[in-house]
Amino acid sequence: MDFGFSLSPSSAVNLDRTDMSLYEMLCDREPTARTCIGCGSCSATCTASAISGMSVRKVLLGIQRGQYREVEKMLSHCMLCGKCTMVCPRGVNTRHLILELCRLYGNSEGEL
Amino acid sequence: MRERFASGFDPFVIPFLIGMAFVLGYCLFGMLRIWFQLPRKDRRKVVLSLITPKGIWKNVKDIFANCLLHVKLWKRNPVLGYMHSSIAFGWFMLIVLGHIEVWLFLPERLRLFYYPIFFNFFVAESESTIQGAVIFFLMDFFLLVVLSGIVLAMIKRVRSRIFGMRRTTNPSFLDRIGLYALWSIFPLRLLCESFTAHISGGSFLTLPMNWIFRQFLGNSMNALPTWWAYSIALGVFMCVLPFTRYMHIPAEMMLIPLRNAGLHILHPRKGFARLQFFSCPGCGVCIDACPMSAKKENIKDCTVYLNRQLRRGNEERIEQISDKCLLCGKCTAVCQVGVQGPEMRIAQRMLRRYAVNQHYTDIDPTKFVPEGGSSAKVLYFAGCMTHLTPAIGRSVRSVLDKAGVGFKMMDPDGGLCCGRPMMMAGRREQTRELIRINTDIIRASGCNTLLLSCPICYRIFKEKYSLEGIRVVHHSVYFDELIKQGRLKISGKTLRKLAYHDPCELGRGCGIYEQPRSAVSAVGTLVEAEKNREESICCGGSLGSLSLSYEKRKDITLASLRNLTVADPDTIVTACPLCQTTYGNYSEIPVKDIAQLIDDASK
Ligand code: SF4
Ligand code: SF4
Ligand code: SF4
Ligand code: SF4
Repeated sequence: MDFGFSLSPSSAVNLDRTDMSLYEMLCDREPTARTCIGCGSCSATCTASAISGMSVRKVLLGIQRGQYREVEKMLSHCMLCGKCTMVCPRGVNTRHLILELCRLYGNSEGEL
Repeated sequence: MRERFASGFDPFVIPFLIGMAFVLGYCLFGMLRIWFQLPRKDRRKVVLSLITPKGIWKNVKDIFANCLLHVKLWKRNPVLGYMHSSIAFGWFMLIVLGHIEVWLFLPERLRLFYYPIFFNFFVAESESTIQGAVIFFLMDFFLLVVLSGIVLAMIKRVRSRIFGMRRTTNPSFLDRIGLYALWSIFPLRLLCESFTAHISGGSFLTLPMNWIFRQFLGNSMNALPTWWAYSIALGVFMCVLPFTRYMHIPAEMMLIPLRNAGLHILHPRKGFARLQFFSCPGCGVCIDACPMSAKKENIKDCTVYLNRQLRRGNEERIEQISDKCLLCGKCTAVCQVGVQGPEMRIAQRMLRRYAVNQHYTDIDPTKFVPEGGSSAKVLYFAGCMTHLTPAIGRSVRSVLDKAGVGFKMMDPDGGLCCGRPMMMAGRREQTRELIRINTDIIRASGCNTLLLSCPICYRIFKEKYSLEGIRVVHHSVYFDELIKQGRLKISGKTLRKLAYHDPCELGRGCGIYEQPRSAVSAVGTLVEAEKNREESICCGGSLGSLSLSYEKRKDITLASLRNLTVADPDTIVTACPLCQTTYGNYSEIPVKDIAQLIDDASK
């Protein structure tokens, strides 16, 4: 029967089951990743956001939540232009973060 | 001249012969190895450059000027220049004159390798001394020249500050052995030749010394051991040479023809790059020059240490050093041998493998093609950095309007990146894709001039894009022309002092120094920074560094600001949106882009 709406899949995150290993590895290589406050300035300026929905903020959240596929899609069009670095109020070294994450991706234990 | 020994041989020459054989063999092997590491295309280039008389002449001239006379070093620091050229050129002349002596007096001995070096031991003066007087004089003269250089070298080792160097490198263990061997060669030679001067003849230096020695030495038993010592010192020096900084002597001789042939670094460990890091004598000039050295912890990341680690093959440090550098190019600008620090680091970054590889093939260039009449022949690409500093973009558009230039924007709502940051990260494939898409957009726009505000973009558009028929120009140059042509009227020339900062990519990167200065002078009083033009100091904001985070750049920016404000300017003027932002964070006086300055002063 069609009610005109349907159930959307749950987006709840089970914190007990999260695998933080990729995030921790990333923070080891680029410690400023930890200082992100999720302000979203990087997303607002991103050159690639219109193309692949890139946002450093969402990338950092995504790898903590196991949304690897979504993160990979976002990363795929970053141009390393550095706008996000310039606007970040916390001094997160976003370009290095992105490059290191792109390197680490295959190594993580998660369901990539 | 006649021979003292019929055999023309004495066992003391053996250490010298061993050293000579070793160093020649080693260098030949190394040269062949580097030669075969070069791609076929590059080898062809080198061969072609070597067969034209013009190419040969240029190589000979450069080798003479750089390896022997150290012309570049003279210009930079005359005392250091004298020190190096006196040793190198003096030694060279001693060898040449030695050969001339043998050729003049005992031509049949010319085939003995060691004969010209130890000539004075093997011969005795005969009646015809007068023929040799000039040569004897020259031999003593050049020995004195070399000795004066050695004395300076000793002083420098103890007190490098006298030579105007704040920081210099520490030699390794083998470097020290080589150094002491080198220091002892020439005093020993002086002693040897003095001991035998009454037999073989001498001149103003050796004859008086010989006379003095004979006053208190009853016999000439000292002569042979001293010749032994001299030969051993030479042998030791040549045996350790390949493992010390002195490897720069043979390496640079090969580097010069390869550079003149126009080769590029493709791999950080092979071919051309290998020759570059072996050509570095570790003079340390690049340490004081490097903007990173404003912070002590970064000193070991300067190019001289990259060279050292590359020689040692310390992979971990090579990676760190390669990531930290700002790619500002200053080390190359001051380097005597022309080691390309930034290119070497980019080559190192190119070796990396990523699990996620960016791709842009699905981007449709037609979506970015600007609208607007075909009458507007100027296409203005603001670029990522100018989008973050909208005031600069506004000023550029306003100046264009005032001058009546018809233009259209390539990226009114943000376009794609030019590709230079990708290139700096060593990602060639990605860079190529971005270049291709942007080229399509530019071609489709029908423009004949591409105007840029950001030197980072400007450099890659100039160097890597093929845009035949389209003029690529930075706004500082374009506006200077507009002023000179009278299309832009400057209404208010102020008396304010304006210090112009040469952005790395515009200055060292593309060689543009004069037009921005001329534009600034049209508006106010131009004052110079302490270090300017080729030696200007990076603002610290560079996208070249991957691992330096914002906080770690603060000291670099402050040091750069100090350099800019020595003449007490009222305003700092730059021609790069990134410099403007970076300085703006810390400067006490206003920092403006050249476009804003001109916009304010024109009507
Ligand atoms: S560097 Fe990448 S993530 Fe940052 S603004 Fe540019 S495209 Fe976006
Ligand atoms: S701008 Fe910086 S602090 Fe804000 S979300 Fe992005 S990375 Fe985090
Ligand atoms: S890289 Fe150049 S400036 Fe630096 S130590 Fe070597 S030769 Fe000297
Ligand atoms: S390119 Fe600039 S930052 Fe990098 S080592 Fe050379 S001088 Fe230092």
